[in-house]
Amino acid sequence: MSNTDRSYLSISHVQKKFGRFTALNDISVDINKSEFVCLLGPSGCGKTTLLRIIAGLEEPSKGTIIMADKDMTNVPPAKRNFGIVFQSYALFPNLTALQNVIFGLKTKKLTQKEIKDRAREALALVDLEQVGHRYPAQLSGGQQQRVALARAVALSPDFLLLDEPLSALDAKVRERLRYEIRSIQEKLKITTIMVTHDQDEALTMADKIVVMNEAQIMQVGTPLEVYERPINAFVADFIGSINFWKNQNQEKLAIRPEHIRLAKSGGIKAQVETIEFRGPVFRVQFIVYDRNSDLNGSSIKADLTMKEVHEFHLQKGSEIHLDLSLDRILAYDA
Amino acid sequence: MKQEYAIPANTARQPFFFNRENWLKRSLLLVMLVTFLVVLVLPLMTLFVKAFQSDDGVFVGIDNFINYFQTPALVQSLQNTFFIAAMTTAISVSLAFAYAYCLVRTDIKGKTFFRYAAFLPLFAPTMMHGIALVYLFGNQGIFTNGFFGLLPAMDINLYGPVGIIIAEVIYTFPQAFMIMLVALGNSDYRLYEAAETLGVNKAKQFFTITLSNAKYGLVSAIFLVFSLSFTDYGAPKVVGGQYNVLATDIYSQVVGQQNMSMGATVGILLMIPALLAFFSDQLVNRKQSSSLSTKAIPFQVKQNRKRNALAFSFVTIITICVFLVFAAVIIAALAPGWPYNLSFNLANFQLESYTGGGFTAFKNSLLVAALSAVFGTIFTFIYAYAIEKIRKMTGLRKAGKFFSILPVAVPGLVIGISYVLFFSQPTIELFGSRFTNPFNFLYGTIGIIVLANILHFYSVAYVTATSALKKLDKEFETVSESMGVPMYKTFFKVTVPMCMPAILEMAMYFFVNSMVTISAVVFLYTAEFNLAAISIVNLDDAGNLGQAAALSVLIIITNIAVRILYELVVYWIQQRRKYKQNQLTEGMVMNE
Repeated sequence: MSNTDRSYLSISHVQKKFGRFTALNDISVDINKSEFVCLLGPSGCGKTTLLRIIAGLEEPSKGTIIMADKDMTNVPPAKRNFGIVFQSYALFPNLTALQNVIFGLKTKKLTQKEIKDRAREALALVDLEQVGHRYPAQLSGGQQQRVALARAVALSPDFLLLDEPLSALDAKVRERLRYEIRSIQEKLKITTIMVTHDQDEALTMADKIVVMNEAQIMQVGTPLEVYERPINAFVADFIGSINFWKNQNQEKLAIRPEHIRLAKSGGIKAQVETIEFRGPVFRVQFIVYDRNSDLNGSSIKADLTMKEVHEFHLQKGSEIHLDLSLDRILAYDA
Repeated sequence: MKQEYAIPANTARQPFFFNRENWLKRSLLLVMLVTFLVVLVLPLMTLFVKAFQSDDGVFVGIDNFINYFQTPALVQSLQNTFFIAAMTTAISVSLAFAYAYCLVRTDIKGKTFFRYAAFLPLFAPTMMHGIALVYLFGNQGIFTNGFFGLLPAMDINLYGPVGIIIAEVIYTFPQAFMIMLVALGNSDYRLYEAAETLGVNKAKQFFTITLSNAKYGLVSAIFLVFSLSFTDYGAPKVVGGQYNVLATDIYSQVVGQQNMSMGATVGILLMIPALLAFFSDQLVNRKQSSSLSTKAIPFQVKQNRKRNALAFSFVTIITICVFLVFAAVIIAALAPGWPYNLSFNLANFQLESYTGGGFTAFKNSLLVAALSAVFGTIFTFIYAYAIEKIRKMTGLRKAGKFFSILPVAVPGLVIGISYVLFFSQPTIELFGSRFTNPFNFLYGTIGIIVLANILHFYSVAYVTATSALKKLDKEFETVSESMGVPMYKTFFKVTVPMCMPAILEMAMYFFVNSMVTISAVVFLYTAEFNLAAISIVNLDDAGNLGQAAALSVLIIITNIAVRILYELVVYWIQQRRKYKQNQLTEGMVMNE
């Protein structure tokens, strides 16, 4: 049975039904050791259910979960050796940060000193040694989430589960924590599975993204793969922005706004409809009027640099040529 | 492409992975359901079966009901009961609505005082309201004699419907008031602002916004008050005179004539309004939960002198009425010679010298109330926890939830009779087979009284526990499980400390109600083990009204003391929490 190239965590043909509702339909994913995997999808796609099945909090209706060659499908959560962090932090309000971390360590056969040392170590890992004596209510949201992370990793679990850990935080804190979680994960080399609906989070943090929709897996791949070569129209649309149109063969074509360039001549003719300033780029919406193009009459959006916008003196109503680089156009069956 | 693995041959899903934790949880839920089976389902089933049997146990179909409706005296008391309940509901709910409105929608002074004043009747047994009325309006009453001839005599014909209705209004007013307070408090000021900008006048605002917001609360209050006054035993016993109601009927059928079948029949009739209240409440709760958004803005009271003056006069009058009742009982207790000799002394409190053993009964009541509080709180909280926080076994938990709220639909008298019927029988017949009743030993002991009390007040305590538990993050248990911390450890280290105020509230509720209740225990007490509430009735029956009043005063003092103790402990807990956190924050500032 032992096979070294086999993945660390293998989810095969998992199905979950709640009554008549199918939450997961024939899900198979392989996760390697020390990998950071994001389960990404719109709300209701089944990603949280999948995480809960991996944790043992839900039982699959069909399929198996194999961890390090052992069938864990029916093993209760306590025996699976994972750490978990929730969006709500779930810190015990009547215990201090340090006591929260110690809480789980007490079940291990360790001496008082070992427990204290490991708890302090865990807090140091998230850079919160100084606030160990504070109660959760006295910590900021970001700090609370870091304590929750420390609590989860203090037990040296085999893998770490993160259920939308950053969704409750402000944009700034969120960005910092993304980086922090990822660096802790790399330091500990801990296999991590994170559920998120935020594509930026998935793209910046993950080694591997599992894109899900309507109880099914759409695509599994590196961030670059799912962004550059989305396997179907849903993935293309869900991750990043994209323009869709149809050609004569009823194929669905698509191109990302940043792959459209301006040209003095050639390409397709278009007129500026709206210009929206977005900080680093301008999002410009064009209407195509070019009888030779499949796009004739439809709108197309492009992300242009400030330099380009100035160079071409773009303003509402300007007429211009658009260059859609052929190698950037994606094609899907309609 | 994904690799295909040889899936282990034994993939047949084990229905339940065996481990201690799961075993513990499942046993807990099963024990809970067995408890409900023994204390709720089987006794009620026995009652139900009895209603369709003759006294010697032969099945007679609906003969008992036919018999009932063919007995003019019994039909009369059914009509009487309806009349009492309807009148009480109309008066009590209107007063409670107005009182709550005055406290929520005006800025009069002394709101806290008026709120507590309205709750006062909760601390007294309903017989006490009757006794007070006798002292105020009875044959020798203060009002009846026109204050010793100072005022024109005023005979309101107390004994009968008038007395019962007044007593029931006093009894049900605080309960309706509590519901109205919540219902009127749940308003969204944005609606009123919108109405103002649209130029809608105040009267129309009242009907379209205020009433419509409070309508679910009103429905709840109406059903509750109707059901309470429909099934109360204490007030009709003391001031009812010859005016019979179902509650007194059932007592005379069961205790007087030993006619268990007819007792069971009346019991089922008694349950009807309570069941209606129960189902309407379920419906209302479902609708109300979605009616108020989290963005709602609380009502902002504007200045209005005329309105305040009116509101203040109204709440003052009601409060005076409540105080009058309590004052009358205190005077009755302290002035044994009333109304001929106005000297005050403690002779009435020499309870032991009279028949009925008043003081022993009082001590028994304390014991029963304390046991009910301790065991009731423990069981209710653990069961509520099991229902709320165990992750799997949805079916068992749903059944538990249903049985937890069902007791609110069972009037005390019905609990009492069904307990007599079920626990007194040496053998139980279940699905045609007969076996010895393992719970028969409880009959005639203090145990059955405590059990009846716990069941009687279970649902309210359960709701208190559940709402406290719902406030805790539902992932506490998940996180603990992931860390391999057993459930009971999280329960004792986190859940119990966090829910302490709610736990104390439950204990206080069990205690206070066990002190004043008579309906369930009137069938269960024994000559050797009397209770204070029953002594009050017996003393009143024997004409020792002064002692009955003295005993009532003792109960009230005890209950108010327990309430104050509860408030103090909760206050202390909150202060300690604040202190702990402040101390740390200060320490931190100094470190920086």
